[in-house]
Amino acid sequence: MSRTTRRKMLSSAFVGFCALSVLLALVPLALVLFFVISQGIRAINLDFFTQMPKPVGEPGGGMANAIVGTLILAGLGSLLAVPIGVVSGIYMAEYAGTRIASLIRFAADTLNGVPSIVIGVFVYGIAVLPFKQFSAMAGAIALGVMMIPIIARTTEELLLLVPLTMREGALALGATRARAVFTVVLPATLPGIITGVVLALARIAGETAPLLFTALNNRFFSTSLRQPISSLTVQVYNYAQSPYDDWHRQAWAGALVLVTIVLLCSLMARLATYRLESMHRQ
Amino acid sequence: MPQTRTSGDLGFRIGTGLFGFVVIAIVGMIAFELTRQSLPTIQKFGLNFWRTQTWDPIAGQFGALPFIWGTLYSSILALAIAAPIALGIAVFIAELCPARIQRPLVFLTELLAAIPSIVYGLWGVFVLVPAVRALETSMPEVLRRLPIFSGPARGVGMLSAALILAIMVVPFTSSVAREVLKSVPNTQREGAYALGATRLEAIRAALFYARTGILGAVMLGFGRALGETMAVTMVIGNDPNVTASLFAPQYTMAAVLANEFSEAADPLHLSALVEIGLVLFTITLIVNLLSRLLIWSMARSARGPAVATATQAAAA
Repeated sequence: MSRTTRRKMLSSAFVGFCALSVLLALVPLALVLFFVISQGIRAINLDFFTQMPKPVGEPGGGMANAIVGTLILAGLGSLLAVPIGVVSGIYMAEYAGTRIASLIRFAADTLNGVPSIVIGVFVYGIAVLPFKQFSAMAGAIALGVMMIPIIARTTEELLLLVPLTMREGALALGATRARAVFTVVLPATLPGIITGVVLALARIAGETAPLLFTALNNRFFSTSLRQPISSLTVQVYNYAQSPYDDWHRQAWAGALVLVTIVLLCSLMARLATYRLESMHRQ
Repeated sequence: MPQTRTSGDLGFRIGTGLFGFVVIAIVGMIAFELTRQSLPTIQKFGLNFWRTQTWDPIAGQFGALPFIWGTLYSSILALAIAAPIALGIAVFIAELCPARIQRPLVFLTELLAAIPSIVYGLWGVFVLVPAVRALETSMPEVLRRLPIFSGPARGVGMLSAALILAIMVVPFTSSVAREVLKSVPNTQREGAYALGATRLEAIRAALFYARTGILGAVMLGFGRALGETMAVTMVIGNDPNVTASLFAPQYTMAAVLANEFSEAADPLHLSALVEIGLVLFTITLIVNLLSRLLIWSMARSARGPAVATATQAAAA
């Protein structure tokens, strides 16, 4: 075999390997989605959304408390994370290049890399231990801490996409920096910032680890912020670990709801980002 | 008039800066809080905590070696599986595939990252583990005598954990590697082609040019694997063992936190767990820092805007 043919064959083999890698990654994706959808659809019904969990042995029941719990946790988490995330994003974009901005960016990236279980340990120390009580509040703080860096970085990125001419126009009309930001730059990126928040929500709606020892779990319906609260993810975890078939079915139904929420949020965010980017790049 | 303008701007800067300071403070507080609460075990056991293997909370014995072993072993195994695949995907999307299917492929690989860990865990318990068990029982006796295949064929164990981690890590590494490749100047490839290079040889030139960034992408995946909790906890078997066997149930740092933290009544037990959290925090911090440093230095040398976005994508 000539040297050239060998080189060409090696090259084709490499192209084949790359295509195969894509398939290798898509197979588990398809398998996970297939099982979640097929098993989930068999188990899901109206009761799942409206009924409380039944005791062991009694078939039926649902996860109404866990669904409400997840909504409360995610809502409270956003309440905490949106102001901090958006405003620090504004700082990073407006004063880009300053040492403080780099430091905030560094902190946000670091926070993003902290394993979610470690966030849980931290929040346990500041919000559970002092009150000797697992609570919805602690769970929301844990989720909020995880959302902050995502929102901050998206906000920064999107503010930097706003054409300089818009900013200069406002400043040329005599606006202060604050005024330019709040009346011109921020409104132009508002859809993008909402996208960032949705993206962060998609990320944390599926989080289990930071809730395990902050919000804990609750078999009953609770909306109190000082009590432990149930969440979809922790409920799925507990049911998956249990030996009962009926609970396994419920776990699949819970997984289907989680995947649907997360995928819808990501899809929405992704579409909005593409649109925004193409708008600004013209 | 100019006076008020500057003071207004200063107020704006300080006001927004305060919120930014909160982000910095949270990171500081995490480090402080974890250190403070792990002091009892740090003082009592010192380095022996990480050298001994007996983990018996009731007897007050805390040796964390099996956990750090399990975390490192599972992450390295996962990376050994995931890194070549992730790089293959990155090359395919950035260099080979038609522009038309580029975006759908990016979306699909990112979907892998969007699926919650708990869902991977559930799937792992009911689909992956039985499959791995079947593989283990069908393995010929000769091979089973090798140390890495020894142990009971239960399905739950290191192999299942490494496989599920590999699936979860692929999208992170491949998306950064893809952006890194995109930032390689086209002259690199054109030069190679002009010299009569095949596709492989031209891409190899691009990969070589991007080597620091690629290494950064792999490190980023490693950081993700180290801290992954739920899916691993559900399939690794949760048995503190220091063994090279792929089939043996083992334990990771994140998994022991997930399993024992809410029930740790004894202060020393709690402190031991927090110390594990502290070390996990420190290791992931170092790995992530290194990864970002590598990607950043690549971005600087290539001066491509694409890599800047890659770093941000990695951060998000």
